[in-house]
Amino acid sequence: MSRPMLEVVDLSKTFPIRNAFGRRSGDVKAVDRVSFRVERGQVYGLAGESGSGKSTIARMIMGLTEPTGGNILLDGHNIAGSSRSREHRGKVQMVFQNPGSSLNPRRTAGQSIAVPLVAHGHSRADRARRIAELLEMVQLPADFAQRFPHELSGGQKQRVAIARALAMSPQLVVLDEPTSALDVSVQARIIDLLVDLGRELGLTFLFISHDLSLMRNFAQVVGVLYLGRIVESGPTASVFGNPQHDYTRLLLASVPVISAEEEAMRPVVPLINGEIPTAEQLIGLGRTRDAADTSIKGA
Amino acid sequence: MSEALLSVRDVSVEFTNYGIAAPVLRGVSLDVPAHTQVALVGESGSGKTVTMKAIMGLLRDPPARITAGQILYDGRDLLTMPPAERLKLRGTSMSMVFQDPMSSLNPVFTIADQLGTILKYADRRLGRGRSRRERMERVHEVLAQVRMRDPERVAASYPIMLSGGMRQRVLIAMALLSEPKLLIADEPGTALDVTTQAQILKLLKDLVTERGLALLMITHNLGVVRETSSYVYVMSRGQVVEHRPTADLFAAPREEYTRALIAAVPRLTGGMRLGTAEARP
Repeated sequence: MSRPMLEVVDLSKTFPIRNAFGRRSGDVKAVDRVSFRVERGQVYGLAGESGSGKSTIARMIMGLTEPTGGNILLDGHNIAGSSRSREHRGKVQMVFQNPGSSLNPRRTAGQSIAVPLVAHGHSRADRARRIAELLEMVQLPADFAQRFPHELSGGQKQRVAIARALAMSPQLVVLDEPTSALDVSVQARIIDLLVDLGRELGLTFLFISHDLSLMRNFAQVVGVLYLGRIVESGPTASVFGNPQHDYTRLLLASVPVISAEEEAMRPVVPLINGEIPTAEQLIGLGRTRDAADTSIKGA
Repeated sequence: MSEALLSVRDVSVEFTNYGIAAPVLRGVSLDVPAHTQVALVGESGSGKTVTMKAIMGLLRDPPARITAGQILYDGRDLLTMPPAERLKLRGTSMSMVFQDPMSSLNPVFTIADQLGTILKYADRRLGRGRSRRERMERVHEVLAQVRMRDPERVAASYPIMLSGGMRQRVLIAMALLSEPKLLIADEPGTALDVTTQAQILKLLKDLVTERGLALLMITHNLGVVRETSSYVYVMSRGQVVEHRPTADLFAAPREEYTRALIAAVPRLTGGMRLGTAEARP
């Protein structure tokens, strides 16, 4: 077996909690000994709600945040020390959540895409050729290079952001909620594009999302994060088809669905006082399934 | 003609910018019968929010102008009634649950202050008198109705002390203060985590059925449509393109647009055909 594209071992990040005088009064474990591996060419999904640590993990892989413990092996190389190296940045790139704020409003699409090319010392002629190539890859007309973000729709902006991420021919692309700001029909087209590009360019994706339905369709392997820990992981079909952890069950039970088949797939979560329990309540409740007859859909 | 509580008939709205008028709603009609849950679904720019604002009288003129149509509430046209009359209905008999629990609450006042003030003005418009103590009792009562475990403590809190889900509950409580007959909910829970959203939707559904309210749910999420409504209007480009009982819509969408929209929704069961960028409309 070839070595994985990305291997994360016991990764931890704690942030200090400071009181009003700046004195450290404790720590919060944002990421707590997380381990997973992403094989080459795979789409690995990290699912979690706000505060689960999924964005902190992305930032550490990008070298934007220093881990407090553990290792990140990118293509076999430990990036803990050399996270900001040129080589690392060429290998892993990121597409952010909101294309409205991740593109500079005063740069044209072409200029935005050129930023990494300039940083890596490409000549002017070289850059123009590469920009045209990248726009074609994301299925935008070549003259879009002259347009400013405000002249583009949300989906078009996200395509520009994808083109920018691909400028340095990375091997791993971190997608942080790439479609959560988009309409559902636009989302489908962006995901189509990512699947096509992944196939053509042999990309590996780390896909971070809270949208489980999308994850089921896009990611082959999934890790479910809760309070900085991976509580459950495995092939997406089996984790979603037969969730073992209470939190995964609650997440799946909460997804609004549009068909009876999907509804049948959602686990039954016991109600507490007629209400859907919070994650803390449910996990505190343990695996007592006596009251489990009332489904989350309830009355 | 059906006896709908709210009936929007052939409403057209245009926005004028730099002297150019752009039609935003083109003959929108929809009915919300009493005690019924109706959804209005559409993508961004479809006109669902403008429809809601036209109903609530929140469109600013200029730039917006209602050029045609009637909005009947309880048989009376909101667009032609005297403003004072309309004010009596708005926020009392028909009220709104807003989307964003972060920006819909004032950060410098306690929940009790904010709900109390709303109640005071609603009472004044209706010519009802209530003492401060009676108002606080009512505030605690509605907070309990939205299943707050400790209404007194929540009432004394500032918004920042509450979680996103709690704040959304406060917004629902706010809408219930003066016992409305019609609730208009604009994407409730969209800003929240999926588990919290599920709690909010269930609460809203329970309240609406318990108290026999009519609900107009405005959303972009077809899953939310299916879980909260019995009848649905689909909007696109300022028009209603299809309207049917919710179950029928999902079983057999008639219009091309609705079909494409439903096909674009990822399913929990998987099986979505991806990597077909060229094939997609």
